[in-house]
Amino acid sequence: MTDLRTSALPQDADADEAAEATKAAEATRAAEAADSGARRGRVAADLRAVRVLWQREVIRFARNRLRIAMSVIMPMMFLLVFGTGLNAAVPAEQAAFRDFRAFFFPGVLLMAVQAPAMAAGASIVWDRQAGFLRQLLVAPVSRPPLLTGICLGGATAGLGYAVPVLCLGGLVGVPYRPELLLVLLELALIAFAFTSLGVLVAVCAGRPETFQIVMGLCMMPLLFLSGAVFPASGLPGWLGTVVRVNPLTYAVDALRRTLPGQGVSGLGGRAAGPEWWGWTPPVVAEIGCVAVLAVAALSVATYRFSRGE
Amino acid sequence: MSTATGVRESGPRAPGSGERLAVLTEGLTKSYGDRQAVTRLDLAVPAGRTFGFLGPNGAGKSTTIGMLCTLLRPTGGRALVAGYDVRREPHEVRRRIGLVFQESTLDGDLTAMETLRFHADLFGIPRRRALDAIMDMLELVELVERRHTPVRTFSGGMRRRLEIARGLLHTPRVLFLDEPTTGLDPQTRAAIWAYLGRLREERDVTVFLTTHQLEEAEHCDRIAIMDEGALVVDGTPAALKAVVGSDVVTLRTADDTAAVRAVAEHLGLEATTGEDGIRVRVADGAAWVPRLCAALPVTVHSVTVTPPTLDDVFLHYTGRTIREADSEATVFPGRPIPRR
Repeated sequence: MTDLRTSALPQDADADEAAEATKAAEATRAAEAADSGARRGRVAADLRAVRVLWQREVIRFARNRLRIAMSVIMPMMFLLVFGTGLNAAVPAEQAAFRDFRAFFFPGVLLMAVQAPAMAAGASIVWDRQAGFLRQLLVAPVSRPPLLTGICLGGATAGLGYAVPVLCLGGLVGVPYRPELLLVLLELALIAFAFTSLGVLVAVCAGRPETFQIVMGLCMMPLLFLSGAVFPASGLPGWLGTVVRVNPLTYAVDALRRTLPGQGVSGLGGRAAGPEWWGWTPPVVAEIGCVAVLAVAALSVATYRFSRGE
Repeated sequence: MSTATGVRESGPRAPGSGERLAVLTEGLTKSYGDRQAVTRLDLAVPAGRTFGFLGPNGAGKSTTIGMLCTLLRPTGGRALVAGYDVRREPHEVRRRIGLVFQESTLDGDLTAMETLRFHADLFGIPRRRALDAIMDMLELVELVERRHTPVRTFSGGMRRRLEIARGLLHTPRVLFLDEPTTGLDPQTRAAIWAYLGRLREERDVTVFLTTHQLEEAEHCDRIAIMDEGALVVDGTPAALKAVVGSDVVTLRTADDTAAVRAVAEHLGLEATTGEDGIRVRVADGAAWVPRLCAALPVTVHSVTVTPPTLDDVFLHYTGRTIREADSEATVFPGRPIPRR
């Protein structure tokens, strides 16, 4: 069979037709027999591709010491410098505002996962620039596992960066309780969503400059209007709408409600989560929103990515 | 030209000799809008040979490779690589080809070992066999000692060697190399050619490479010349040169136009002007030098006699040297430059 395929193409068109028919019949039979095996092989190949891409992202994050240092120092600066500063600026009699740092803690966790997840998106843009992406495209694997692997890698790296920040929780009065494991799971999902969004922008952007501009323009307002930095519940009308459609709102609120300790949800009850027409969605629904967003972003990205030229 | 010399003009051709083919294209076309990057390309590359695909920048070489490697979708015609249709069975084609791109496609953060291991994983080579294959390839390209250093620290030549190793790791039937020696110093270039030569001897692999450097094409068993998206001629280097047959005498003179006229009037020879002076094509060029100088009414600055090269072949078929064609490609941005 293989011999026929790889040997020269038949030269004589007339004699060929009959041979073609028998060959086709043979091929169908062989194909049917091989089909289930081939499908299993396909799945195995796809899983391997996911693992390869995941490994590569993780290696890249683990090797970049400067980035590791930056991503640990930045959230700490926010928490200790910015948070302490604001704490000090609030007059003593406004006791509810005294635990601003605890309030800010979920936001800092979000920032910690966000940076490496975004970097995974950036890596796609650079890979395209450097040609590495093209090398992946000629490998005998289908397209979806390639992006999935990258997203999982970014999520893992994000989680890795969030762990040291989570360990600092004690400084702002977050007790070390088993709930923190749930928080870790949530962070993993959030990191995955961030990476999917970054990957989506990367696949659409094409050039590194475009990617950076789009990311810069989106991330800042989304973060501010998520209730991560200041309570978002008291915002005027149209900003309130932005807060409600902002996926980060749900991520922050889910983290805040899962984190153990009183201080986190504090600010005298001002840090209330989003409401849908008077109904407060449970944490599970909030997490569901983030998951749906992640899957949607990844699907669109995969679709765009697979189209090819 | 005549079939006796083994040269085939493009266009309809006689049935082949039944030789195994690694690559076959029929009317392969790629257009971007109304711009044709590759026009009705017919190619037949016998298996186990080194095939040089040659032409100036923007001739459509990279676009052709892109189509053969399933990265670009042809807009017309068909192409078979290792017996599989690039459009209908891209997965089967990908399994059987290796690819080295024009620019480096390595990840600087990974080590040579990791690069090859990842590649083996992507191609589904079982772990145990992969390790042997990786060590084999590293030995072939002499990178065993550096296998645990990040690729970032590699020189251009080492990177290229690693890429060749990667391209060969899954024992492809056809190895595509797009301008494999561009940007490398002459020494590294020679080394790369030595590797490719060894490859041909040790492994049954067809090497399909593009180049716009004619000296390099001399290393190939067969070459095809492409210009402006279409195949000009193909055959063995020797056969192609035999077509040209004559030496080229190049004269730098004070007045090229007058010189061309004088050569035509006094000696009955046809001369052409190029950027390096006037060119006269004659058999036994050295013997003509005194007569040429005597016949010219203008000052002659220098005379060069060159035996036929592939550049002359290119000149013979396209009416310009490949260097001139290259500079045209950069002067007129409207020319079709393959996008990838």
